[in-house]
Amino acid sequence: MIVVIDYTAGNLYNVGHALKHLGADFMFSGDPADVGRADKIILPGVGAATPAMKSLADQGLVKALRQVRVPFLGICLGLQLLFEVSEEEDTPCLGLLPGRVLRFDSSQVKVPHIGWNRVAGTNGSSQPDSPLFDGVPAGSFFYFVHSYYAPVEEPVTLGSTEYGLSFSSVVVRDNLWGVQFHPERSGEIGLKLLENFVELS
Amino acid sequence: MLAKRIIPCLDMANGRVVKGVHFVDLKDAGDPVELGGRYYQEGADELVFLDITATVEARKTVVDLVRRVADSIFIPFTVGGGIATVDHIYQLLRAGADKVSINSAAVKRPELVREAAVAYGSQCIVLAVDAKRVGNKWKVFIGGGRVETDLDALEWIDKGEALGAGEILLTSMDCDGTQTGYDLELLRTVSQRVRIPVIASGGAGSPEHLLAALEEGRADAVLAASIFHYHRYSIPAVKEYLANNGIVVRGVN
Repeated sequence: MIVVIDYTAGNLYNVGHALKHLGADFMFSGDPADVGRADKIILPGVGAATPAMKSLADQGLVKALRQVRVPFLGICLGLQLLFEVSEEEDTPCLGLLPGRVLRFDSSQVKVPHIGWNRVAGTNGSSQPDSPLFDGVPAGSFFYFVHSYYAPVEEPVTLGSTEYGLSFSSVVVRDNLWGVQFHPERSGEIGLKLLENFVELS
Repeated sequence: MLAKRIIPCLDMANGRVVKGVHFVDLKDAGDPVELGGRYYQEGADELVFLDITATVEARKTVVDLVRRVADSIFIPFTVGGGIATVDHIYQLLRAGADKVSINSAAVKRPELVREAAVAYGSQCIVLAVDAKRVGNKWKVFIGGGRVETDLDALEWIDKGEALGAGEILLTSMDCDGTQTGYDLELLRTVSQRVRIPVIASGGAGSPEHLLAALEEGRADAVLAASIFHYHRYSIPAVKEYLANNGIVVRGVN
């Protein structure tokens, strides 16, 4: 059973629509006990880090999420919350990945970064080297909408995207994955990526 | 590099897609979920659903529609028309809309933009502005373009950005429905003025018009209705034309 974390910052309904479409076995839950029993975790999220972390803390989910050993996918804000701290009001996050999430500089680019952008692999490769990208054509566009980003930092960065600068659009460490884009909103390509996560063993 | 977005717009009345000139003379253009699904398959980058009747009775129909759309269409979509309260926004987002577009209600009570942006984030709040040339200025019109206000469109857009709107959906009332091209001067003026994305709307009649809006008008995205609804141009054909003219667009999968 995949548990999609239900908290105030989740755009969980659309993640749910996509998982339903894929025929995945999933539930929405904000109960730490369900997190402990899950085969996989998806942490969705839109909006601001501060209220999101407060909501996770209020529901007793911070500790539960830090202990997850099964495949764990953070989407959009869910990727950002995996890091140590967000520049957004210096909010402490889950600290599962090292580093600090920063805000785009609105004197350089329009903020938020809204729309379809490409994801490149590291070391000049055209595609992230990950089972999540199996069957995804190199150079595919994904849908982004965010004002904060995780800087590129090896070895955590698995994929990067250009928007005024290069930022981490896919991160990985052990059982953890994060995608800055919304696979549930990225058409058939995004569904393929989600399906790959669903089928990870 | 960020692609320019092509956004078909579905104006709806009583649960059907309609198209008219200057918001009157409405003709039936099909079922919203069916048309939306077709555009999704063809490679639309987003969809906008605008309930132009926006009556209290229509509200429940729209929430149901949003749910049906979210079930089958896996690209972002915006819903607009008669949205006046944070609670109404919550219902639409919860039903599966990615963004809401606010127009008249924001003019009547600008704090709505701030409240909605604080509650759900700027990224899901689109400020729709219907602008029309009056003398040497652009004035804001509300009520589906029927009611002139005292607001200067550029000043209003500045204020909307400051209140937390995440995007501007800018419709030229002079060009809407005419299919003679977007108001490029209006677009360029607004695009250079704000630091949030601007969606061009009103006047698209050909791929050349979309190209002009993106290049000369410096828009981040283009909204169009008639050219797609009546099969005049397909989305892949429009994208191919734009790509051949140096615009970065998302390919059709």
